[in-house]
Amino acid sequence: MGKLFAVVVAIIALVSAALFASHIWWLPVDISAHGHAIDRQLSETMVTSGALFVLSQLALAVFAWRYGDRRDGRQVKTFPGGATPMVVFATVLVGAEVLALTFVGSKVWAGIYQTAPDPNSLQIDVQAEQFAFYFRYPGADRTFGAVHPERIDEASGNFFGLDPANDSTARDDIVVPSLAIPVNRPILLTLRAKDVNHAFYVPELRIQQDFVPGLVIPLHFTATQTGKHEIVCTQLCGLGHYNMRAYVEVMSQEQFDQWLKERAAEQ
Amino acid sequence: MSQTQAHHHAPPKGFLRTHVFSLDHKVIGKQYLDLALVAVCTGMVLSWLMRLHLAWPETPIPGLEKLSPNGAAGGVITPEYYLSLMTMHGTIMVFFVLTTAPFAGFGNYFLPIQVGAEDMAFPRINMTSFWVTLVAFLVLVAAFFVGDGPPLSGWTAYAPLSAVGKDAGPGQGVGQTLWAVSITLFCVAQLLGALNFITTTLDLRTKGMSLARMPYSTWAWFITSVIGLIAFAVLMPACILLILDRVAGTSFFIPAGLVISDRLQPHAGGSPLLWQHLFWFFGHPEVYIAILPGFGIISHILPVFARKPLLGPRVMIACLVAIAFLSYTVWGHHMFLSGMNPFSATLFSVPTLVITIPATIVTLLWIGTIYGAKLRFTTPALFCLGFVSVFVSGGISGFFLAQPSIDTYLHCTYFVVGHFHFVMGVAAMFGIFAATYFWAPKMFGRMMSETLGKWHFWLTFIGVYCVFMPMHYLGLAGNVRRYSAFTDDYLKPMIPLHRFITIAALFTGAAQLIFLFNLIRSRFRGPKAPDNPWEATSLEWSTTSPPPFDNFGGRPPIVERGPNEYGGARGADYLMQAAAAAPASAR
Amino acid sequence: MQTHYGWIIGTVVLVASAVAAHGGPAASVGTVSGKVTYTGTPPKMKPIDMAKEPNCAKEHAAAPVLTENVVTGPGNSLRWVVVYISAGDQGSTPGTETVRLDQKACQYIPHVLVVQPNQPLDIYNDDPHSHNIHPLAKVNPEWNRSQPAGAPPIHTKWELPEFIPVKCNVHPWMHGWHMVLNTSHYAVTGEDGSFSLSGLPPGKYTVTAWQEQFGTQTQDVTISGTESKTVDFVFKARPY
Repeated sequence: MGKLFAVVVAIIALVSAALFASHIWWLPVDISAHGHAIDRQLSETMVTSGALFVLSQLALAVFAWRYGDRRDGRQVKTFPGGATPMVVFATVLVGAEVLALTFVGSKVWAGIYQTAPDPNSLQIDVQAEQFAFYFRYPGADRTFGAVHPERIDEASGNFFGLDPANDSTARDDIVVPSLAIPVNRPILLTLRAKDVNHAFYVPELRIQQDFVPGLVIPLHFTATQTGKHEIVCTQLCGLGHYNMRAYVEVMSQEQFDQWLKERAAEQ
Repeated sequence: MSQTQAHHHAPPKGFLRTHVFSLDHKVIGKQYLDLALVAVCTGMVLSWLMRLHLAWPETPIPGLEKLSPNGAAGGVITPEYYLSLMTMHGTIMVFFVLTTAPFAGFGNYFLPIQVGAEDMAFPRINMTSFWVTLVAFLVLVAAFFVGDGPPLSGWTAYAPLSAVGKDAGPGQGVGQTLWAVSITLFCVAQLLGALNFITTTLDLRTKGMSLARMPYSTWAWFITSVIGLIAFAVLMPACILLILDRVAGTSFFIPAGLVISDRLQPHAGGSPLLWQHLFWFFGHPEVYIAILPGFGIISHILPVFARKPLLGPRVMIACLVAIAFLSYTVWGHHMFLSGMNPFSATLFSVPTLVITIPATIVTLLWIGTIYGAKLRFTTPALFCLGFVSVFVSGGISGFFLAQPSIDTYLHCTYFVVGHFHFVMGVAAMFGIFAATYFWAPKMFGRMMSETLGKWHFWLTFIGVYCVFMPMHYLGLAGNVRRYSAFTDDYLKPMIPLHRFITIAALFTGAAQLIFLFNLIRSRFRGPKAPDNPWEATSLEWSTTSPPPFDNFGGRPPIVERGPNEYGGARGADYLMQAAAAAPASAR
Repeated sequence: MQTHYGWIIGTVVLVASAVAAHGGPAASVGTVSGKVTYTGTPPKMKPIDMAKEPNCAKEHAAAPVLTENVVTGPGNSLRWVVVYISAGDQGSTPGTETVRLDQKACQYIPHVLVVQPNQPLDIYNDDPHSHNIHPLAKVNPEWNRSQPAGAPPIHTKWELPEFIPVKCNVHPWMHGWHMVLNTSHYAVTGEDGSFSLSGLPPGKYTVTAWQEQFGTQTQDVTISGTESKTVDFVFKARPY
């Protein structure tokens, strides 16, 4: 029975680790300026925790194999050094790894979430609602019109509750259900929630942020490759949560300018 | 330290007093375990429905339309009903299984015996806690049968989705209110229970039972009840505030200007983040409430079947205390991306990573205990060894999520689902299984079948790896959680792996029938159990199987040593904690 | 001899008034018809981008769907205006035919439907994905449920007169109206803005026209006999 346990645990550990290492299911290509630091942090964690995982499962397996009661009258043995090696290993080695990961990781995190956006950022206003994302570009006047929740009217496409009759800055705002951005240009999103918590997640951009009702949350990044990807909601927001997505299209500056002109004409 | 005689009470008379409204901690413990059994079967069925829907969303499930004509018309689960099933699954499992069985169930039964007491310090409060828990369960389950059905906001019930009422969606009317009432009642019951556990441990230990000599399971229950006292004391007012927002027009969690279902909500001034802080301040310690009794149970059982002492018992206790203390400092790691100040994320990640140190130590102590052992591979022993394996698996994935930079990618993906199911849904369950197989002879006076037990172990051990390990791969590929269907372009290729998980889950679920059959049959018809079938040392094995109503037949034991005397260090293979018993405690 | 004349005249008068009172075979019913138009600048009908639901986006790739809150036609006509007898109604028949609402390519077809109280209403999902129907009723009981692809039609009805906006939570651009009217004398204007209410016995009627953006207008009309009266409505449109 002990040998069976040992074999099963060893197989599970090695197969699991192999599947992680093989990258059959893995992160998609990184198209962001900051993502390589996250990917490196992830790989480093994968290697060290993978080693810890395999070693401890194999230790369990080896001991289960060897130390069954064979009724041979032998005495039990205490682990050499007692509990001390365990404490030392955990405190020193695991502790050191923890310190390293924290030190490096906090810089990576701060680089994304605790730095000011580039002053040349293209600013886009984003509203999350049950169950879609809407994006707003400021138009030629480079000013966003004020939002008035009581004026929201989906049937007429006034998703942000703009008041163009009385607010001239709102008249040229461009409201669309898809996000288009120019490549290699810093982007600043301002996230607002119309009703409940939502989230903005693009795996390829290595970026995620909750929308919180009552807050306007800035999120900035730069996309380094063109292409079309999905933005999905990750914060449970109601029945349509699974279907809440939009597309982000990264394009050249010229293509983006053309796209924006066409969308402006449709408003 | 000496036992007070004030708790000497007469044996109960009559069926109701003996078996229903009993003051006896052993009956109450079994009632909790039976409740947890009903709850886990319910929770498990809900998970099968969820997995079936994820794998084959358009295939009707025959008969389901009877349970919910709107939620499953024609047997096809709607998106809202999937989320309702998910909410109830999580709520039932976390509260009525993982907090109830290892702590309220086994703790109630064995803590008084392990410290040598006749009963808990406050038997009437103990009985009240059980009945309040039962009412809480019934109130929760009632949500299936009222109005729009059960709530869909998850067991975490984030506001404002959970706070604004039925505008937020189906199930968010009466169903959500019943949820909040149920949890409030559950908190009350847990607070009363914590009171009992702490008082009993501190005041009712028998002669010679110093704190240092208490079994590790008792230590774990004691520490867990301290955690619970503080954690549930925060959840209860949080739920009351939620109820007030829902029915009394307050705005603790709801800011101004929300438009839901085309209606401007009549609230202002509240903060959704406040709910998250309150909830997770409870929620993180809660997961340690779920696992710590398991730590204690494994530490208690492993030496019995290793026939050698637990390695580093004082280190073990210190680690349990450290984990309990640290558990209060980490709650923000559930909220890295919540919109709270990003600097807080770094602050919370430090203790979250630091907690891996005592967690690693306890795991190494168990592995070190097996080193040089003379292992007897009984079913409870197998579940102990399995616990170590699955706890390693679940703990390691926590290492990733503890880092905010990595959580940027993995937050709210299946990586998280795999992580918490391994530590809670598997490791904690293995603790419950180990405890059941180990203590069934004592509780029921009958042995469970070893053959069926081993089949149960193997099918479950392999099964849970097949169900939950793949979830980590899905998470690394960015598969978002809490989705009722995978319609996004990048998710469609993941569906085959989801089908594999579903099939594995159904098989593993079916394997639990072996356990159920074994448990129920042995309870009434198993071979009679001796007083100490496992040759263990702690006080429960110094009395009959099952114990008499006052645990020790009127003769409280006198303790001469700790629980760790295995392996012949002092000449005998093992030494019982109690001094040589007088012949009156009948065999 | 004089008594005979009296009997004849009396009988003739009796018969004539009886015939007149019961309408007789040549019963007189009139019609109210007309056109609904606008003056001023209406809001722009904007193309709806259904990107989040690619199945629907594909269906409309050639000809995008436009917003339907104000649908104009040639000659400044307004579509989807509900014109009905709101007071003085006579000769109405109860609605018994089943009315059908389709969710097709992420649109409500028709955009505005009329039912009478308790008239059967069947809702179909013709798309390969789930829709969620949420009638925002205030007088009738409000409900909100999903209809997955291939699910059976929802059989329902409305009991009380009300103008009920209907939305699909999952597809925010999907909006429609269920008008529960207590009369069978109603019409919904088509592309050309015209309507016709027939089968009206002589009497004084109030005709109401309702457009979802511009509100309601009423006019009184009297019908005597089989005449056809023209009643036109002109709404003042604003761009925002």
